[in-house]
Amino acid sequence: MAQVKERFVGQPVLRKEDPELLTGQARYIDNLSLPGMMWMAVVRSPFAHAGIKGIDTSSAKAMPGVLGVFTAADLEGEWGGPLPFVWPITEDIKVPVHWPLTKDRARFQGDGVAVVLAETRGQAEDAVEAVHVDWEPLAAVTDLEEAAKDEVVIHEDLGTNVVVHWSHGGGGDQSVFEMAPVKITERYVAPRLIPNAIEPRGCLADLNPAMGEFTLYSATQIPHIARVTLGGTCGIPESKLRIVAPDVGGGFGSKLNVYAEEALALALARRTKRPVKWIETRSENYLATIHGRGVIHDVEIAATEEGKILGFRVKELADMGAYYQLLTPGIPELGGWVYMGPYDVQAYWYEFTGIVTNATPTDAYRGAGRPEATYVLERAVDALARHLGKDPAEVRRINLVPPFGEAKPSVMGLNVDSGDYPATFERALELAGYDELRTEQAARRQRRDVKQLGIGLSSYIEMCGLAPSNILGALRYAAGGWDACTVQCLPDGKVVLKIGTSPHGQGHVTTWAQIAADTLGVTPDDVEVLHGDTSISPLGMDTYGSRSASVGQAALFHALEKIKEKARTLAAHELEVAEDDLEFEQGAFHVRGAPDKVRSITDLAVSAWHAHSVPAGFEPNLEATAVFDPPNFTWPAGTHVCVVEVDIQTGQAQVRAYIAVDDCGVVINPMIVDGQIHGGVTQGIAEALFEEAVYDAEGNLMTSTMTNYLVPSAVEVPSFQLDRRETPSTTNPMGVKGIGEAGTIAAPPAVVNAVIDAVSHLGVTHIEKPATPERVWSAIQGAKGGAA
Amino acid sequence: MIPAPFEYARAESIDHAIELLSADEDAKIIAGGHSLLPLMRLRLARPSMLVDVSRIGDLSYIRQDDDEVAIGALARHHDVANSEALQQLCPIVSYAASGIGDPQVRHVGTIGGSCAHSDPASDMPTVLLALDASLVVRGPNGASRTVKAADFFKGLFEPDLASNEVLAEIRVPKTTGRGWSYIKFHRRAQDWALVGVAALAGNGGGPAVALTNMGERPLRAAGVEEALAGGADPATAAQRADEGTSPPSDPFGSAEYRRELAKVLVRRALEEAMVR
Amino acid sequence: MHVGVTVNGERREADVEPRTLLVYFLRETIGLTGTNVGCDTSSCGACTVLVDGESVKSCTMLALQADGRDITTIEGMASDGQLHPLQEAFHRNHGLQCGYCTPGMIMAAASYLKENPRPTEEEVREALEGNLCRCTGYHNIVKSILDAAGRMSGATT
Repeated sequence: MAQVKERFVGQPVLRKEDPELLTGQARYIDNLSLPGMMWMAVVRSPFAHAGIKGIDTSSAKAMPGVLGVFTAADLEGEWGGPLPFVWPITEDIKVPVHWPLTKDRARFQGDGVAVVLAETRGQAEDAVEAVHVDWEPLAAVTDLEEAAKDEVVIHEDLGTNVVVHWSHGGGGDQSVFEMAPVKITERYVAPRLIPNAIEPRGCLADLNPAMGEFTLYSATQIPHIARVTLGGTCGIPESKLRIVAPDVGGGFGSKLNVYAEEALALALARRTKRPVKWIETRSENYLATIHGRGVIHDVEIAATEEGKILGFRVKELADMGAYYQLLTPGIPELGGWVYMGPYDVQAYWYEFTGIVTNATPTDAYRGAGRPEATYVLERAVDALARHLGKDPAEVRRINLVPPFGEAKPSVMGLNVDSGDYPATFERALELAGYDELRTEQAARRQRRDVKQLGIGLSSYIEMCGLAPSNILGALRYAAGGWDACTVQCLPDGKVVLKIGTSPHGQGHVTTWAQIAADTLGVTPDDVEVLHGDTSISPLGMDTYGSRSASVGQAALFHALEKIKEKARTLAAHELEVAEDDLEFEQGAFHVRGAPDKVRSITDLAVSAWHAHSVPAGFEPNLEATAVFDPPNFTWPAGTHVCVVEVDIQTGQAQVRAYIAVDDCGVVINPMIVDGQIHGGVTQGIAEALFEEAVYDAEGNLMTSTMTNYLVPSAVEVPSFQLDRRETPSTTNPMGVKGIGEAGTIAAPPAVVNAVIDAVSHLGVTHIEKPATPERVWSAIQGAKGGAA
Repeated sequence: MIPAPFEYARAESIDHAIELLSADEDAKIIAGGHSLLPLMRLRLARPSMLVDVSRIGDLSYIRQDDDEVAIGALARHHDVANSEALQQLCPIVSYAASGIGDPQVRHVGTIGGSCAHSDPASDMPTVLLALDASLVVRGPNGASRTVKAADFFKGLFEPDLASNEVLAEIRVPKTTGRGWSYIKFHRRAQDWALVGVAALAGNGGGPAVALTNMGERPLRAAGVEEALAGGADPATAAQRADEGTSPPSDPFGSAEYRRELAKVLVRRALEEAMVR
Repeated sequence: MHVGVTVNGERREADVEPRTLLVYFLRETIGLTGTNVGCDTSSCGACTVLVDGESVKSCTMLALQADGRDITTIEGMASDGQLHPLQEAFHRNHGLQCGYCTPGMIMAAASYLKENPRPTEEEVREALEGNLCRCTGYHNIVKSILDAAGRMSGATT
């Protein structure tokens, strides 16, 4: 078979995964059903904080189609342990016990107290309403600083709501915070956000009772981590538990978790010996799926009169919610490594305090800690520029770390792989037409236009590619950070990749196929990528933290290298030359000096399969597995520019233009990379202008549906202008860095800085996000009041 | 989520609908269902029976009738928005309809449903109030009465409509030659109005200004109208936009902000109406 | 109660509970799972189908309300093994990522392009006001629809 000469890496190859998604043939979790399947629905607390004096399930049990109603007490014997929490970030962290159903007390609105099984979806929902809980409402606390006072203690056994304190420990010369000629202090309050994957969560548990074998189909980002941890919670040996992530309709971190419903479905399948299906409703999703952000920052920036930043010191309060989910207190810590951004600062300090509240648990939401860090840094840099009367672009320019191609230590202690921050910065300003924008802004101010122009900048770095296992161990994370890939070259010329990361919209199937195609001399269409099933690709650490390209893909790269070496042995044997006499190019071995003596990988896959004539000791088949543990993180970077128009009478801001110049290292598929930025930036604009989970004083979630939690539509966002710079990572063989989170990291401060910039001539210096029309209007009124 | 169980009956005529409604006081009319079904899915509404009026023949007309345009209650927002008769004779109605919900909602939701739901955040009631439009209500035994918009929209989700009455027709005056404006201020295109303003000005009738979502029902901005009648310019008159209002405070905006917004939007609406 | 509809050109009949929403009739009663459910407040538009050629959120319509009507779902868009120009354009322009909102986006666009075959970018964005996507930032969805509009109107003139 002739090898393919075309190269695919770096090309905008159209996605292999599209056909089923475009034609309604996808297998999302709610499209799956099994014979004898029952529907599960969860009875949830309507109160943010309440004692449970009793639960009467009798009328629910008597309803048509109802097959069982179970409370925490009914299921006590089912559990091998509580729901998993895998990141106890300090030795003395206080860990709330978190069972799949709560027994004596509900601690947030949505806390599960009982579960119903019925023949149909509707019957299950009807029965939920018929479960009568004798509640004893308690005072609730959702405000972080109020909760820290411990007037209401949410977990009595812990004795306090202040559950963890973590400090980076500082970097550089801390005396600058006392000695610097310019010191700016700022406070930023970031509300909770609801991730809103358009597909809600769901799962379907199946059991082969005779064999004790369980299969859980789940809309999850993390089938492998779920397998280990749910095995523990449900008392199922990992060897008897298979997790399948079918087509998953978006995650953004919300499916980077192991949830009560997954454990309940498994336990009830075991209890009833029938398959159990649960599909989350959107209203339920707002209560029962993790939230993100929810932090308060006190920030101090130390600088010279010229605007050179000397130090950045941050103290953060972080809302954990009522319990920890999988990683909860680790999220602020993740941000704790990037508060210096792309700037060359001498001193660095970061610490945070985690506080339990009567609200939905928080955890990783796209960016996970790094958007929080970038937001406060970039807001503070603008505050410094305003204080000094300087252009915010100029202040950034004089502080950027100069270009570097090899890994070097940063002030916060970790090595940064490579970077060219001035390149993305200058290109972003150029693309935006920064100077022209400033001219237009001045003219509008001069004319006192109702619509004023604002220009906002955000320069960021992020820490991706989670992660070196030894560093994760040092940070007290329970698992490693490696990933794995198996490559099989089949005798019909096709290739199968089985990989331990699993996408939910990111286009990995296409991206991995491009890489394998180039090495093996086939086309992406010849490559099948299998993932998301622990029986098919048993080794893996899943997809989150922009790790799939920098870790999973590196495992693929090394597996392909192993294939090449194995094939070389066979080619040398067949061509009767020494291995050293062979040259490898685009999927084929040529004898040096005799180009007509060739064996392609696809030829060798046949002879390796029938194994009629192989060298001594050669294992039949062209198949190899590699596990890659990265030596470092990867550190993408970039600069974004947002241009807004603000109506100074109503306070409404509209994004007029958005320019993003990112450096995610080597790009495998530019079309897919651009798509990641479009989506991430839009989520960032949403965070900056629209979205906010609001609780009332009793702990009721006021933004409880998509009608009042404002996920923006196409009308509210513009088309984007993108460009890239490529600084190869030194962490992995292909030099990739990751792009999944850059948009949500960079965009919120770019947008909020732009809004403040639009009204700064009126005296406005601060607006919290989201910069709603009312907040902007109030800030303008406040500034006028101050002036009067 | 799906609704709690209910009975369903399809009305063949208005009288049939009234008969079905009279037999069950927890029965509700469904036309497009775009106000009712979301509430039923969240189980915030649980009627015992739905009386589907959507198949009743010829209730979706839009036709000129002397000095008025008569709109059948089953005319969909999409039909109202695209009606040439309305675009020519009473453009504020078609314009406001084009901004209700989203295209999918406009393909199903009806003008009658919108009025009968009587949500103070809805656009159409405000426009009808500014127009001093009439609503034709049919009741048992062939009874029919015509109610002015100011009386029909009585309170929060409370139309002047008994449980066995059916809203049959909406009658709007021709506004040919009059300037008009409807400004809907919202965060996202698909959202309800945070505040909305309907204004009519000039040529055959004093200025009329009505407000969306500034109280428990659509309100006339009486202070503004009075100021305009006294010769005030729009900017001055608009300062009285919040007189007599009681706007809500919710996650979209505080009452204070809505009051200020009403002033800004009334001025803009008047200025637009005066040049249109 | 009895419901009879034409779905993608085929007559489909079934007895259903009155409370059966059209989307669950399509998904569970007749097994067409291409239409997705993303919310419970008719906000997200993932469930958009065509009823008598016009876009409708099938989670906010009873199956009984659709009785006798002509319904098109995403499964009915391709014909004779050929993707619909909108499906092709979404593929060519990377107008989808996780794919969950995609059937609704395509059906909303199909309905709109019948009304306005040559829209501007702004008009396309407004036509999508009832459809939410969390992955693409809409950039490539808008691009896809403009691309399809160009090809479709070019093909008919």
